[in-house]
Amino acid sequence: MDRKPDLSAKRVGRRYAAEARFQAYGLSAIFIAVAVLVWLLGTIVFQGLPAFNQYKVTLDVTFNADEVDADNLGAANYQAFARRALYDRFPNVTARQDRRELSSVLSGGADVTLKQFVEADPSVIGTTQKVQMSVSDSMDTFLKGQMTDIEETQPDTELVPSATEGEVSLLASGNVFSDILADVKVELEAEAENILSSARRERRGIGILENDLDALKARAEQAVGEEREGLLARVADLEADINGRIRKLAGLDAQAAILYDTARSSGGTLDLTAAMPSILIEVNGGVVKAKKVANDQVQGTVFIPLASSAPAAAGEWTVVTYVTPERGRLVKDRTATWLRELQKDGAIESTFADVLFTKGDSRAPEQAGLWGAVVGSFLTLIITLMLSFPIGVLAAIYLEEFAPQNRITDLIEVNINNLAAVPSIVFGLLGLAMFLNFFGLPRSAPLVGGMVLALMTLPTIIIATRAALKAVPPSIREAALGVGASKVQVITHHVLPLAMPGILTGTIIGMAQALGETAPLLMIGMVAFIVDVPTGFTDPATVLPVQIYIWADSPERAFVAKTSAAIMVLLTFLIMMNALAVLLRRRFERRW
Amino acid sequence: MSVAENIAETPASKSTVTDMPVKMETRDVNVFYGDKQALFDVSLDIRQNQVTSLIGPSGCGKSTYLRCLNRMNDVVDIARVTGSIKLDEEDIYDPKVDVVEIRARIGMVFQKPNPFPKSIYDNIAYGPKIHGIAATKNEMDEIVEVSLKRAGLWEEVKDRLSEPGTGLSGGQQQRLCIARAIAVSPEVILMDEPCSALDPIATARIEELIDEIKDKYSIVIVTHSMQQAARVSQRTAFFHLGILVEEGDTEQIFTNPRDERTQDYITGRFG
Repeated sequence: MDRKPDLSAKRVGRRYAAEARFQAYGLSAIFIAVAVLVWLLGTIVFQGLPAFNQYKVTLDVTFNADEVDADNLGAANYQAFARRALYDRFPNVTARQDRRELSSVLSGGADVTLKQFVEADPSVIGTTQKVQMSVSDSMDTFLKGQMTDIEETQPDTELVPSATEGEVSLLASGNVFSDILADVKVELEAEAENILSSARRERRGIGILENDLDALKARAEQAVGEEREGLLARVADLEADINGRIRKLAGLDAQAAILYDTARSSGGTLDLTAAMPSILIEVNGGVVKAKKVANDQVQGTVFIPLASSAPAAAGEWTVVTYVTPERGRLVKDRTATWLRELQKDGAIESTFADVLFTKGDSRAPEQAGLWGAVVGSFLTLIITLMLSFPIGVLAAIYLEEFAPQNRITDLIEVNINNLAAVPSIVFGLLGLAMFLNFFGLPRSAPLVGGMVLALMTLPTIIIATRAALKAVPPSIREAALGVGASKVQVITHHVLPLAMPGILTGTIIGMAQALGETAPLLMIGMVAFIVDVPTGFTDPATVLPVQIYIWADSPERAFVAKTSAAIMVLLTFLIMMNALAVLLRRRFERRW
Repeated sequence: MSVAENIAETPASKSTVTDMPVKMETRDVNVFYGDKQALFDVSLDIRQNQVTSLIGPSGCGKSTYLRCLNRMNDVVDIARVTGSIKLDEEDIYDPKVDVVEIRARIGMVFQKPNPFPKSIYDNIAYGPKIHGIAATKNEMDEIVEVSLKRAGLWEEVKDRLSEPGTGLSGGQQQRLCIARAIAVSPEVILMDEPCSALDPIATARIEELIDEIKDKYSIVIVTHSMQQAARVSQRTAFFHLGILVEEGDTEQIFTNPRDERTQDYITGRFG
């Protein structure tokens, strides 16, 4: 019988198709992975980049000599100095309420800035100095444009203000506000529509109640005695209810009709609604917030007094629109106006957010820094390295080179491999039970964090070291043994130096893993809110990933960016460590 | 041309085998790897200043036997050696004996050139350093130079002693390994197929070298090449299936083997 391989085109085609399919699967898997990664990194970078910049305001601060005690510089009320500088800048803001709003422009940490300024050079006491201070976090968010879009137009008509202060009307020589008026009318119509739809609901409700009433009446007629009395009382209640509703319905209809009338009539002077963008007019050096609008004029309140009520020429005045309605913003129109004024002075500057790399955590986002967490991570990793490297390497050397092959070493080996797969929070619990509760070591300390992470890193280092030792070719061992080196000499003179790049690579990867670890540190209290930058191994501290966790949990808008910025810093460290590992491997890799 | 016919022309066959004193004496050596016995009652003498070659088909136990001679089998956990192996009347498996000292007295050259990934100088100097042979830098320099000269490598590497030994060619690397073995002044040098990874020219160079240095050392060489055994050795031992089948003067083994198996092997009937 003569059997031959099946070489038919169909079979070959099937094989080619299977190969192409296989490649396509692989390619698409890679594509998905890359896309997700790019998307993730892109989001983080896009969100985090603004956090590396911070807006600061420069103000003329007067350090009254009689308010600062030269012998006790720290005791002065610096926040008052900062506030006064702002009040001086906006002298027409006098009401207590208004001043409180004004001082919200400044960061709560302005006093620290001023204190440090005075401490650096006490001779400034009694003088007025330009000092740069952080703005508060919501101002920062506003200035970064994350709170609302701002539109500016400069209409080409003349504008005549009626006064310079208080309630004013601004009369333009053309219908430049008709667009805004039209918007108001659209709003009104939408509102009327809303009212009508609630009127419709009301009408349906009344219909149902009337049916009920009829049924109740019929029952009352058939009933006798006490039951009849009760039913009649209910009929009366229901009638009253229905009448009330009918009256309300009439009110709604009338309201809607009026709104429709207003919206559909041409011209007129209408109130701006709360759901609309805020309109501010900048004219003659002052700012007016629009409240009523007509085709050719605007009525409103002066936020910043006008220099004069002289007519402003075309192009000399500006309509500023904050697109997000005032009620949806933390920074209100007036504060925004003050910020714009300061910006026009050139007093507001975007600077590198050095706070990120100089300060510890804070409840106020503009004062919150990463440095405490960076130092905490560093101290923790030092402890981890000092514990896990020698213990791990020595254990690996013993297991690999000296330990006899028996049940006990097998058991140890299996357990070490399994330890690498133990969820890290279990190590946290172990640390809590052992280091904190039994040994009484301090809570939240890098010392304990490092010890816990060392436990976690040990298996990684042991496994990596054993693999590196195994990878040293036996010929090198034989060569050394052949010239009469003892076992320890073989290991210390030849095997270890050759395995070192592999050991270091494993150690760095273990360290990188430890750097990114959060869960076990939560258990030993490193999640506490810690403002001070730690200075020692037993100081309370937190670490980068835990800082990210804390910030991600904070409600302030500015912490969103801060969180992403912290992730970027952590990723930078991780990438650096991994690059170092790759570099070491490349640099010292030997081939035999 | 059969091996036996070839013998007449080889240099080794010309040197008459005198009765040199016995350097190493092995009696009833058995080696077990776990339950498996690899060598059966091998008794063989290694004579001073002679080259003894161990031949036989793969897996016959010749390398195992060689590794017993400097206790390299100690490294293998499951290996067990019985019988007596004496170096100058001293049992090297005596518990009182320091294995490091044994290995310093009995050097070894391996199948594949295995220089340390260090400089040429350090490769040679390592042995003397760990054994405290050289007291000063000058003495060390001298040891390195003498060893390299004896290994016939000096002229080729004297200008680049600080370059890595792994950068040399295969033949040079193997001579470097021989120089490294010589540097600790051993009495016996064991060579485990030293030319199997080398080209014919490098092999010839090593063979010449073995011939040159045999006046100073006793050499045991494992080889797969019967021509090589015939060329370099004065004594030959034929192993088969863990048994020492026959040993004797090289000339006699190749021209007039007593055992049929030896006859079959050297005439290429098996192996």
